[in-house]
Amino acid sequence: MANRALYLKFLSAFLLFGAWEIAGRIPVSFAFPTFLESMSALFRMIGDGTMWTAYAETLRPLVVGVAISAVLGIAIGLWVGLSGFFEWLFSPIFIVMQAAPLAALIPLLVLAYGIGLTSKVLVVCIMAMPVIVLNTASAVRNTPESMKEMGKAFLATDLAIILKIIIPAASPVIFAGLRLGVSAGFIGAILAELKITPTGVGDIITYSRSIADYPSMYAAIFSIILLAVLFLNLLEKTESVLFKGNQRGYVSD
Amino acid sequence: MAMSQTNPVIVDDVPESAVSTRNISKNYGDVEALRDLSLEFPRGQLTSLLGPSGCGKTTLLKIIAGLLEPTSGEVEVNGKKVTGPGPDRAFVFQDFALLPWASVIRNVAFGLEMRGVGKSEREDIAAKYIKEVGLAGFEQSYPHELSGGMRQRVGLARALSVDAEVLLMDEPFSAVDEQTRRKFQEDLLALVQNENKTFIFVTHSIEEAVYVSDQIAILLPRPSRVHEIIRPSNFRAKGVDNIRRDPEYLDIVDEIWASLRTYVE
Repeated sequence: MANRALYLKFLSAFLLFGAWEIAGRIPVSFAFPTFLESMSALFRMIGDGTMWTAYAETLRPLVVGVAISAVLGIAIGLWVGLSGFFEWLFSPIFIVMQAAPLAALIPLLVLAYGIGLTSKVLVVCIMAMPVIVLNTASAVRNTPESMKEMGKAFLATDLAIILKIIIPAASPVIFAGLRLGVSAGFIGAILAELKITPTGVGDIITYSRSIADYPSMYAAIFSIILLAVLFLNLLEKTESVLFKGNQRGYVSD
Repeated sequence: MAMSQTNPVIVDDVPESAVSTRNISKNYGDVEALRDLSLEFPRGQLTSLLGPSGCGKTTLLKIIAGLLEPTSGEVEVNGKKVTGPGPDRAFVFQDFALLPWASVIRNVAFGLEMRGVGKSEREDIAAKYIKEVGLAGFEQSYPHELSGGMRQRVGLARALSVDAEVLLMDEPFSAVDEQTRRKFQEDLLALVQNENKTFIFVTHSIEEAVYVSDQIAILLPRPSRVHEIIRPSNFRAKGVDNIRRDPEYLDIVDEIWASLRTYVE
């Protein structure tokens, strides 16, 4: 079964890249390179070091922003989920943050925090945090009542109920929120580099577009998607190792 | 031979109470769930709370467990007033309430873990009770890999492993199939006999209540009150195989149904 899933993954990748290659050859647009052209640009940029220096730049706001969003997001989410008062206080902020047209707000951020790392980290956080907070909060609120009651009946302290029952029970939805948040964080990191100052991968995209080097532009976009997919897979693996029994659903199934 | 004249079995000898509830009332807003309910639960025996649905039997059990607070009245366990859950009581849940991400042994050891028992010691104790409920070999399985009956055995092992004097069981067999349920009932009789514990057992099945109980408290609804207390006496000693065809057993079942039927919609 595992093998078959792997084959299917390869097959769908092959179909996608094949369609890309064909679309590039027709071509659907002069600004749309073929898959092979993009790949050769990608390997050229990896070879001459352009990609490495670009990622050294891009990963900084990304990693810092995603780390802050994950830690703070889960903590605030727990808080909001556990207390009606904090839900009242905080959840509107995150709902607004999630719905806000971020690109339009970036000039405000630049005005307040300049064009450095802080603004970029903030963009990543604004993209990533709301979904992590809101998912965590709703997962915590939906912990089965009988499990919490069981904890109380067997003399668990409030802290033990949170650590041993509520968090593990909420973990599938928390992880789903993390996955969505991390992908949004990747989008945020590139958005920041396109809208604030062109650095790193955002710089490759902006610069290659301005000189009509479309294969390089698509290679840069491709590389960031690839990185996001790899990271999300890693997250999924972590989850299945940490909470083995959750894989097959709940007892009440 | 004159000695043999004194009968060692005295039928009406009710042991002292392990649990007493005194004048318990419980209101949910305007709804009166329990009114002025007093009951004694004799030590070392099994008492059933039996009644139509909505008669507050689970509410009463959760008040005894300390999971719910009564609006007025008090519960005493071994003469001490109940203010919350305590080490003297363990609970078996209707929906099992197992942790799906934890193996059987971790689920069974949960109560001991919360009491601060070290890992190797609590796993030894848990393994012993897993064996006792007949689940040896499933220690590392996860709840989703077990059948409903096996899951409730895990719930039972968890309650037994904390070695509480009072075992509170909330319709523990209602979610398992009929055959498993019969086996559970027989095992429960053995358990009452072998473990020196007080059992409080909520059920909506008349046959089940009469089969397993030393004392049956019949509750009537809206607001809930004790209608009658029945103490079956004769068929208990005749062996598990004979209970269901004993005339007294059948009479009691009929009698209970007669008093409950008007309350069943």
